[in-house]
Amino acid sequence: MDFHMTTGQKAFNVLNQIFLIALSIVCILPLIHVLAISLSDKTAASAGDVVLWPVHFTWQSYSYVLGKPEFMRAFWITLERVALGLLVNMFLTILLAYPLSKEVRVFKYRTVYAWYFVLTILFSGGLIPTYMIVNQTHLIDSIWALIIPGAVPVFNVILLLNFFRGLPRELEEAAFVDGAKQWTVLWRLFVPLSTPALATIALFTIVGHWNAWFDGLIYMNKPEHYPLQSYLQTVIIKTDLAMQSARDLDSLSQVSERTSKAAQIFMGALPILLIYPFLQRFFVKGIVLGSVKE
Amino acid sequence: MNKTRVSQLPFHLMLLPGVVLVLVFSYGPMFGIIMSFQQYIPAKGFAGSEWIGLDNFRYVLDMPDTFTVLWNTMYISMMKIAAGLVFPILIALLLNEVRKNVVKRTIQTLIYLPHFLSWIILGGILIDVLSPSSGIVNHFLAIFGIKPIFFLGSNHWFPFTIVLSDLWKEFGFATIVYLAALTSINPVLYEAAIVDGANRWKQTLHVTLPGMAPIIVLLLTLSLGNVLNAGFDQIFNLYSPQVYESGDIIDTMVYRLGLVDAQFGPAAAVGLFKSLVSFVFISVSYLLAYRFANYRIF
Repeated sequence: MDFHMTTGQKAFNVLNQIFLIALSIVCILPLIHVLAISLSDKTAASAGDVVLWPVHFTWQSYSYVLGKPEFMRAFWITLERVALGLLVNMFLTILLAYPLSKEVRVFKYRTVYAWYFVLTILFSGGLIPTYMIVNQTHLIDSIWALIIPGAVPVFNVILLLNFFRGLPRELEEAAFVDGAKQWTVLWRLFVPLSTPALATIALFTIVGHWNAWFDGLIYMNKPEHYPLQSYLQTVIIKTDLAMQSARDLDSLSQVSERTSKAAQIFMGALPILLIYPFLQRFFVKGIVLGSVKE
Repeated sequence: MNKTRVSQLPFHLMLLPGVVLVLVFSYGPMFGIIMSFQQYIPAKGFAGSEWIGLDNFRYVLDMPDTFTVLWNTMYISMMKIAAGLVFPILIALLLNEVRKNVVKRTIQTLIYLPHFLSWIILGGILIDVLSPSSGIVNHFLAIFGIKPIFFLGSNHWFPFTIVLSDLWKEFGFATIVYLAALTSINPVLYEAAIVDGANRWKQTLHVTLPGMAPIIVLLLTLSLGNVLNAGFDQIFNLYSPQVYESGDIIDTMVYRLGLVDAQFGPAAAVGLFKSLVSFVFISVSYLLAYRFANYRIF
């Protein structure tokens, strides 16, 4: 169809593509720059010689970071958190979405329950009362403090219940005619039929738990209980704390504060970058899923 | 027919665990808001702490920075709402004009990425890149003879840095909704426009934009609920005492007041104020969206 275009349209197309490509490159330049710093030696990094390619390439920063017990411990806590959180969140999402997806004539109290959950989106007690509740339930300094308070992801429940409603009703009716119980229909019929929706929600959940940092910061009194992002918050962002460790660090190794921070930033982003191809495949679908309504 | 035969019990049982968890961790804190009317002492709990009426609210109102904080919150959030609406629409329109699928998908892959990284990662990157002494942005500006700018440390620059870096994180992802809306426009409308002699620009103006109007209005309405959300995760990781004047927002103030200074009552009072205002805005926005766009969340 290109040959139908006038010169003006061709010029627009070229300029448009150049602009968009430039914009998308600008979006990831900061990431590439920090990656380049993390792979450069400390004198080149502090001299400002590094732009988008490592200068005097070295793995030193990474071997330093991977050899740091605090970093590895936080990394494991996060893995544990992601696994537990995924399990709990998915189980509850599936369990809640099923009854809430029923029509009122099938499940009489559906609307009451739905409002009970939706109200928590509209109104919240706020940070301080929430902290007090977590404190009073003795979750402080336990990994469950990172899982239980957010165990019911209401938005995901809404996403899934809307997907459930889009499933062909005949299948479900056939199952009931055969004498199936609600529980069986949910796990044997609805769950297998909803794999795209469930995969989307699972990926969102993994990203959410991986990226969460604030709950770790406030619910863990001991830094050795921090998940990775909370640990990184204290090391990368709160410079006053990092300063002290950086000073003895500089004298000990060939790694500087800047290169080690860059390596930790990149390590903190790495798992997300690894699952990004899957994310991309599913999230567009997920967004559209949420709007499937009758 | 079989209305009476469907047992309700399995439904109640399935909901039970979720209901209990939400009761404790969502409704519990709502009940806990009573602490904003108390001289709250954790050891005494909600029941044992002394009632002091509206003293916490008076205390917060008398603090010199309260109105600055309120202003900063609304200023930053409004700028974010405006930028976060206009820019993604523009990019979605331009992306829609890209006919080569490989190019389009590559651009999308790159601009969606920052959305999935935490503000710890992006904050760490920004702090490095924007540093006045060693940051690459200021090295770049120096080529043009521009003196180093302390983007994160100057009250003049801080709000813009916040809005722009938030745009960096979210604009790509925000285009998804608009791109979906674009594909749902009936191609017949474009054919009719071409028959009438409309060029691409005229088509955009008279077919594409009107076709996107409902989703634009819907998202604008729903963003009303965010007027008091200036972005805690972002600001907490980028601000410092020297930019409190332009960058301290309600959420960061509540955090410092409550969890750093242990002034639980006043902090909960500020939180209650924010929750109430947000509740009104969110409810009104959902109501408007329901009325005019027939939008329902469930």
